[in-house]
Order: sequence, then C-alpha cells, then structure tokens
Amino acid sequence: MAAVLEAVASPALRAKDYKTEVSPVWCPGCGDFAVLSAVTKALAYLKLPKEDVAVISGIGCSSRLPAYIDAYGFHGVHGRALAVASGLKAARPDLTVLVAGGDGDGFSIGGNHFLHACRRNMDLTYIVMDNEVYGMTKGQASPTTQPNWERSKLTPQGTGIRRFQPPAIALAAGASFIARGFSGDPSGLTKLLVDAIQHPGFAFVHVLSPCQTFRPEQKEWKHLVHECQLGPTDNPAQAAQLIQSDDGMALGILYAQRLKVWQPANHATVTPASFDQEFQI
Amino acid sequence: MDTAATRPNTAIAITGSGGSGAVTTGLILLAAVARAGLYGLLTRSAGPQIRGGESAAMVRFGGRPVECMGDRFDILVGLDWNNVERFVDELPLDSGSLILCDDQGAPVPEVLARSGAEVRRLSLKEIADQTADGRLNMAALGSLGALVGLPLDALEAGARATIGKKGGAVLESSLACIRAAYQAGLEDPVSQGSAALSDGKGRWNISGNEAAGLGALRGGIRFVAAYPITPASEMLEWLAPRLKLVGGSLLQAEDELASVNMIIGSSFGGVPSLTATSGPGLSLMMEGLGLAVASETPVVVANVQRGGPSTGIPTKSEQSDLNIALYGFHGDAPHLVLAALSIADCVFTFQWAVNLAEHLQATAIVLSDQSLGQSRGIVDPPALFPGELGRLIQTDPAEDYRRYALTENGISPMSLPGTPGAMYTADGLEHSPKGTPSSQARDHEAQMTKRLRKLTDFDYGPYWSEVRGNGPTCLLTWGSAAGAVFEAAERLRAGGRPTRAIALRLIAPLRRAELVEVLAGAETVLVVEQNQSGQLFHYLHGEQALPQSARSLARPGPLPLRPGEIVQAVCEVS
Repeated sequence: MAAVLEAVASPALRAKDYKTEVSPVWCPGCGDFAVLSAVTKALAYLKLPKEDVAVISGIGCSSRLPAYIDAYGFHGVHGRALAVASGLKAARPDLTVLVAGGDGDGFSIGGNHFLHACRRNMDLTYIVMDNEVYGMTKGQASPTTQPNWERSKLTPQGTGIRRFQPPAIALAAGASFIARGFSGDPSGLTKLLVDAIQHPGFAFVHVLSPCQTFRPEQKEWKHLVHECQLGPTDNPAQAAQLIQSDDGMALGILYAQRLKVWQPANHATVTPASFDQEFQI
Repeated sequence: MDTAATRPNTAIAITGSGGSGAVTTGLILLAAVARAGLYGLLTRSAGPQIRGGESAAMVRFGGRPVECMGDRFDILVGLDWNNVERFVDELPLDSGSLILCDDQGAPVPEVLARSGAEVRRLSLKEIADQTADGRLNMAALGSLGALVGLPLDALEAGARATIGKKGGAVLESSLACIRAAYQAGLEDPVSQGSAALSDGKGRWNISGNEAAGLGALRGGIRFVAAYPITPASEMLEWLAPRLKLVGGSLLQAEDELASVNMIIGSSFGGVPSLTATSGPGLSLMMEGLGLAVASETPVVVANVQRGGPSTGIPTKSEQSDLNIALYGFHGDAPHLVLAALSIADCVFTFQWAVNLAEHLQATAIVLSDQSLGQSRGIVDPPALFPGELGRLIQTDPAEDYRRYALTENGISPMSLPGTPGAMYTADGLEHSPKGTPSSQARDHEAQMTKRLRKLTDFDYGPYWSEVRGNGPTCLLTWGSAAGAVFEAAERLRAGGRPTRAIALRLIAPLRRAELVEVLAGAETVLVVEQNQSGQLFHYLHGEQALPQSARSLARPGPLPLRPGEIVQAVCEVS
C-alpha cells in the first residue's frame, strides 16, 4: 500500500528514471541497448512504481539487463531465470515480474524451464534477446544458430543440428502470449512489451537482437524483418499455421489467448501450532 | 512372568508379500502400544517395487522411549514367506526368538529356521476365514497382541486410529479377526497381563518426514518448491495441504534445478522458503545453493538421505551425504549443515534451521534420512526451539542503501521488493557492498569474510549438540545414528564403563571450541556413522577437533547401526 501512495505522490516517471547509472558491458552496436530502452519505456508508459518491478535473469550478455534497470533485480545462474521468477511471483503476486535472457540461457541450458513456464502460465513476461550465438563465451553456436554456421571454433563444420523454434515450441508448450520483436524497431518493441506485461499469464516476447561482434551479418536483419501479416490470433491451430509458415522475421503478436493463470492464494486460515493435534494420541 | 510393560522392550518384525498388509499391521501395532501407555518405534523396509512388493515393518516398544532398533527381534511374524530372503539380513533372530506363522502356510524358510528360533504355527487363516472378509494379518495381530500382553482394547483402539478411515465394513471385519485371534491366543500366551503404565495421552505418533514438515512450518516456512523423490516425498505431501492452510504454497517444480532456484526467488521476495529432496536431487541443486550463498538469500534444504551413490538404494537409509552437504559447493561457500537426531528432533532441528537461515541470510542444508523420515515413533511431545530469530529487513528508503554493507556481525539489512528507495539487484557475481558486480580483490575479500563471519561469529547457544553422560569413553556421532549411540552408551554405563555420548546437530559451522571442551578428558573416542568412508570422522580430523587416538566406526547402510555392534567396537578399540 505504501508503494501505491508513493507512486501517486511522485511525478510521473520517465523512461530514463528506470535506468541505473551502471554502464552496460555490451559491445557498441549491440541490439540489447535498444531492448533496455524499450523495457524502460514500457515501464514508464505503464506507470509502474520502480519498487514494484522485479527483473530476473540468468547468465549471458542479455542477462546483464537487471543491473541496468532501477528496480529490484536478480542476476542468477545460467538458465534458471524462469525458475527464480516463478518462485518470486508465487510468493509475491503483487509484483510485476519481468524475466530477461538470451537464446542459450533460455533455450539450451534453461530449455526445460522454458517448456514448463509456458505450460504453468504464471503472470510473467519473458523477454528473450535472440542473437543466435553465445556472445559472452566468445562466439559459440546456440540452439537457434543455423546448422551450417561455421564460424565457431567449437563447431567448425557447423552444428549440423536443426534450429530450435522458439515460438512454435512456446505454443506447443502452452504459452498464452507469443510475440516477436526486433531491437531495430524500438517503438514496435515497446508496444509489444506493454502488451506482454499487461497480458494476464505467461507472455513470451522473442526479440531479434543482433550481435555485432560474432554475427555481423545480422546487420541485414533490418532489411529482412516485416510486420506479421496474419496475426494476432487466439486460436492455437491458426497460430500454429502462422508460426510454422513464418520465415522467422515476422514481427508482432503471433498468439494471445486468455488461459487460466497459475497463482497460489496465500491466504492463512490456521496457525502451524494447530497441526500438533494430528499427532497427539 | 515378564510382560510388555516390565521388559525393557520388545522387538517385532512383520513381513509379507505385497497386499499381505505387513506395514498396516505394524502401524496398528504401533498405535496399539501407544494406547497401552508404551513408547514405540516403527521402521519399515520395502523392496524396489512401485506397488505390491514384499515389505517388512519392524516395531520395537517398551516402557521407556525407544530411540533405535535393537540388535535382534524377539518375534518375527511371517504373514507369508514370499521373497522373505530379501529381508533376512535385516531380521536378526536367535534361539531366543519366536517365529509366528500360519499353520496352513508354507514351511519356514531355511534361512530363517537356521537361526534356531522357536517356530509357532497358529491357525491364523482358519480364524480369518471364520470372519466375513477376515484377513490373515489381522488374525496375526490379534495373536501377537495376546502373546506379548497388550490389552485387547489397545489393539482395537490402534486399529480404529489407523484404518478407521477405510470405512465401517473393513474396520469391523478387522476388529472381529483381532478379537477372535486374541481370545484364541490367550490360551497359550508367552506373557500375560495388562501392559498399561499410563494411557499414553499427551504423547505423539509421528513420522520423521511429518516432524520435519511441522518443524519447517513452525520455523516460518511459507513457500516450498520441490520435485518428487524417495524418501522425501512424504514430507512434501504432508506440507502441501497444510502450507495452503497457513497462507503459503507448494509448487511442484519441473526438476530440482527449478526447485532450488524457485525458493531463491520466493525468499528474495521475503517469504521463508524450503525445498526437500534426497541425494540425487541435492547433487542437482548445488549450483543453485551457491547462488543462495553468494546472494545471501536465505533458503533451507531438507535432504532425506538414502543409499548412494547415484540412484543407489532409494528406499533404504544411509548417512552418506555429509560430504556433499559440507563440500559440494564450488568456491568457498560458507553455509549451515544441520542433522536431525531423532524423529521428534526433526521438529526442533528444522524449526531451528529455518530460524538460523533467515536470521543469518544463509543456506541451511538439513540432513535427515530414510530411517528417520519413513519411520514412526511414539514419542513425548517434541521440543521446540524457544527463540525467534527473524530476518533483518530494511523497511525504510535509504539515501545510499547498500544491500551487502559490511556490518559488524556480517549480517546486512535486506530490502524486499515493494520497498521504495532500497532497490538492488541480487547477484551470483561477486559484488560491492552496494551489490554492483565487482571483480576487484578488495570486494571479493571483504564479501568473503563477511559471509564467513556472519556464520562463525554467531552464538548458537547450547543447541549445537546433544550430550548424554560422562566418562573417559566417548561416543561421537551425528544425525540418525544418535539413537543407537545413546543406547550403546547406556549399555556401556550399565556394564560399569562410564561413557559420554555426543550427537552433533549443527555440523557446520563446527562449534570446534565447544566440542573440544566436551571431549576433554576422553580416553577413548569412537566416531560412529552410517557411511563407508567415515565422513564425519575425516571432517572433524580436518578441523583438528579430535584427539589423535580417536577411532572411526563407519559402515554403509542400509542395515541400521545396532547398539550391540557399537558396544563391541568400543571394546575392540580400547
């Protein structure tokens, strides 16, 4: 309640008020700068009190995001951001919980949590900055890397493995909101994030966020992205068709559906001492 | 003639194949001895089958608290003999033992008969068949009750308490069988008379897993995330509906990696949080627990140990996870390791562990095991931790709030999401006092020292151990082995050898000075534990807490440590 009064008493916050003074570790030209800006713009648009927002991440370039946002944050271990966020939201439904990370963090080491977060449908917003590479460890193939990408010393002949399909998998796993954004389209991305945060349930925002250092060819993405022509839909069969026929560059909300949100009630009716009687002879 | 009340205690094993009702029979017997005013302990052993496998219930009872299984069984009740050979090692019998079985059943297997135990074949099936829907195990229970001198009304009350929920017809036919067999058994009893010392009122019938759950709630736990695993699942199943009643919740996670990170998230949000698991799950959690240590997010992990390594023996007990609990972290990660000393002590130890974890913003690994978790005891009402150590919370906005401020005692005020003006990002990266990632030597050293100091400098009071008796012979142990050690010490004292027994409840940080003080004057020190490598022994030696003459009695599970082998080991080392 104190937080609400504070918000009312304060002048409206601007996007830059949601930024900390910590300088990002990102390379010049990294798409993640624009994602950071879009997140702060969305928070300002929604007038969310800073202290009622928590940004949770794992490990990787994009997972550095929480330190740059002036809110509560948790920069955890690799791949477990959704788990930390799910525990936080279960315990503290009053908070707006954003989860941020990259394609390796979310789809490789954290892949299982992605599936189950989709089907659990807690009220979380999951922003994956996908650059199709492990940047922090200096350029290895990620689950979304093309099978014939040969620039990694770890897989010099390419991985030879088909790419992970984030929106298709999110849909199959039961996510209730699926969107794709592009760091080169900051206003479109901000709008998607606003919609995602407002969506009651698990909102997955797949953000194409180029890596200038290890994937310089991604500069071309700005010419390849296009508005999603068919969406959004609330029909999973249509969404499946849309996503399967998609070239991976369609921007917008691909699927949005009202599904039951998992959230425990947290309402006490007895004290633990009352359980003693179960055991008394 | 001696009776159940006058004998120090009576040990009974009940075995049978799936569906024979061995465990139910044991549970009713335990409930009956409670109502006869006696103390009791029930342990169980099961094969690997999901359902329908052979099982055994072991019940030891007497007029004094029963803290462990004894060296032998007085009576073995064989409901049938299918697969009993799998239990033979767990059923020590001798020429003073009695084997009860049905006179229409198969002959007693040679592996049991060779013990020299007297075999008494009773008309159990015949009695059961005379009752509509009568069952052989209930007839066996009636015969057994008469034989050991338990009052019929205690048996009936025990049955009502245990299977009353199954419905009137099942209960009535069971009671009829028990009565018929009891009356028939009275014609040829081994012992007679009413056992009642008191009515047993006020005592508790509780399992270790239930006691651990109760202690956790009493300590303030309101969020649990966990993945099912034997033998910890009953703790979770007990907690799930009750957490809801006290305004908390339980989330069944997709794996143990999720479990531990979920409780880190909920605790970060300000809600005292716990996960429960067994060895394989603890292995998976270690990275996450390091995060809890580094970010100073309080969490409690219940590890109900089972036989290891790997999948090991999921249904049977061993104390072999001390090393991972102490040393499983990468980096230097100061944390708490506690061990519950008995079924009842699970209440105290878990409640205390939650208090410590919250107050010290620490990770607490609490070791229980299958032999505590899945056993039931008739016990005096469990002791509670008398204090209330809360989390130090930053409630006000602070101009320059520093989450990891270098305070005198190492504990820094923690702000919770929702508090304006005290935002911070918790991090597994080393950090400055403000919480900003830092790879600088001075920040690393300052934060490392702070995280260690807050644990080592804390005053844990007298709860770090339980010490009984005094004398130059000293038995030192931890966790569930305490029961057998206490009984062994008692026997040694009764045999004219003054003995002190020390059971460690708080293993890390080691209360070294206090332990050295308690060990002062000891001439013989034997460290007793149920694992192959002597994990506590080596830890204490590493901490230079033991005299050079100290010896180790360490052997793996799943057979319980028995008081007799401890007494024998003492005699051999000195």
